[in-house]
Amino acid sequence: MRSLRDALITFRRSPLLSALSVTTIAFSLFAFGLFGLVTLNIRVALERLEDRVEIRAFIAETASPESMGQAAGDISAYPEVSSARIVTQEQALGRAQKELGDFRDVFEGAVLPASIDVTLKSGFRDPATVKRVAGRIKAFSFVDDIRYGEEWIEKLYRLRNIAGVAGVVLGTAFASVSMIIIGATIRMAVLARAREIAIMRLVGATDAYIRRPFLIEGLTKGIMGGLLALLFTYVARSIIDRYLIETVFFDRKVALLGLVFGAMIGLVGSAVSVGRHLRRI
Amino acid sequence: MIRITHATKVYPRTGTAVDDVSLHIGKGEFVFFTGPSGAGKTTLLKMVYMEERPTSGEVKVSGTSSITARDRDVAQLRRRLGIVFQDFRLLENRTAEQNIAFALEVTGTPANLVAPKVSRVLTQVGLAGKGTAFPRELSGGEQQRVAIARALVNDPFVLIADEPTGNLDDRATRGIFQLLRDINAGGTAVMMATHNLELIRRQEFRTIEMNRGAVVFDTAENGGAPAARAE
Ligand SMILES: Nc1ncnc2c1ncn2[C@@H]1O[C@H](COP(=O)(O)OP(=O)(O)OP(=O)(O)O)[C@@H](O)[C@H]1O
Ligand SMILES: [Mg+2]
Repeated sequence: MRSLRDALITFRRSPLLSALSVTTIAFSLFAFGLFGLVTLNIRVALERLEDRVEIRAFIAETASPESMGQAAGDISAYPEVSSARIVTQEQALGRAQKELGDFRDVFEGAVLPASIDVTLKSGFRDPATVKRVAGRIKAFSFVDDIRYGEEWIEKLYRLRNIAGVAGVVLGTAFASVSMIIIGATIRMAVLARAREIAIMRLVGATDAYIRRPFLIEGLTKGIMGGLLALLFTYVARSIIDRYLIETVFFDRKVALLGLVFGAMIGLVGSAVSVGRHLRRI
Repeated sequence: MIRITHATKVYPRTGTAVDDVSLHIGKGEFVFFTGPSGAGKTTLLKMVYMEERPTSGEVKVSGTSSITARDRDVAQLRRRLGIVFQDFRLLENRTAEQNIAFALEVTGTPANLVAPKVSRVLTQVGLAGKGTAFPRELSGGEQQRVAIARALVNDPFVLIADEPTGNLDDRATRGIFQLLRDINAGGTAVMMATHNLELIRRQEFRTIEMNRGAVVFDTAENGGAPAARAE
């Protein structure tokens, strides 16, 4: 109780620096949060798209039905593959006509190649795996041509990675800045109380006792920064949700993790600083 | 109770402050430390309350050894020591009572015991009526009495006083010294560094004289009057 009161006193003593530390912690977590949301939403979008990711291997006309059946069996035994289905020339034509609807006449008398349509298990639908599996299928001698994924899926993947990295870089930068500011605040607070601390030591107060109010101060700032960041992120998401595209928000666990992370920034920042400056008194 | 064995303190920048000192101070003793400025009195006392640790040798205070003590052990030891200085070291923004209570609060004394302990030591140092005064409202001698009360409030087995009368006039000096003798009469050992030879000369207490870090005279070993007194 006494420690909490002391922590609030330092807030009053250097309100500007205290506000600054809280804000930078908030920005740090906001950067993590915002780019985290982008990453999260791209992933959700990708998951929906990925259901449709398939590899289509077009079969040469000369291939026998037996070898096709054999190949489909082999392919479906790949660990990444969830199904391998033979689409005959007739089925291909029927599918094309159905997709084109009113323009189905275009296909009158046309011959479309047969194919083996391969879908991948979830978890194996990233561009690299798709490419690898496609390469193996292409090795069958009667496979004429192969088509898979769309270029923009790959781009979306890249975007997700960039968003992730940007979030981590920006978030870490802000986290470092906030630790430096917290360190400076603590330094001032420690020096302002140097006399008091020296007397505490003299009469036998433990280091843990002397440190406690400073650590609680850091912790309080961290939690406040975390709450502020959560608010920022929520507002930003609501704006995007309303004016741009529908998005998902973090679940409660992730939000709580953000708070814990903010508290850690505050605690570590003050612990490092208080340890360094107490030694000099 | 306090045993110093071949203790040497070398400061990296200024060299040897205490040079191979061995001493024993018994329960309830009153010991003066004297000697010219820079002789190492303050450094020796600091080693007793473990503000400094000897570079070599050992200082052992009531079972706590300078060689093995961790920070936590030092904190525990200091709760059983009383320490006062020439410059009082009171907190300006607290009253006399609050300054004394501070020592109890930061060492975890239950809140309901604080007030009776504070009023007991205030009476003991003769300041019963001045508890609510701030340091700036007290004379030097009275401020030192508050500092002594703070040092006594945890019932120390030894009171360490580094030139406690250095800032006081003769009358206040005599008052503080009488107080220290009363405290000693109650069974608390006193280690007092001082330049005041008048004070020493009028007493029969053990006197340890230091010079250049070494003990050059100790009444406990030589008996009679201290030798070099030409300061
Ligand atoms: N913290 C320190 N760092 C470096 N050197 C120190 C330190 N404290 C004391 N010294 C040196 O150690 C020597 C002994 O100093 P000390 O303060 O123990 O002497 P003293 O007997 O208390 O003197 P005085 O009577 O003036 O108080 C001096 O030469 C001083 O320069
Ligand atoms: Mg000295």
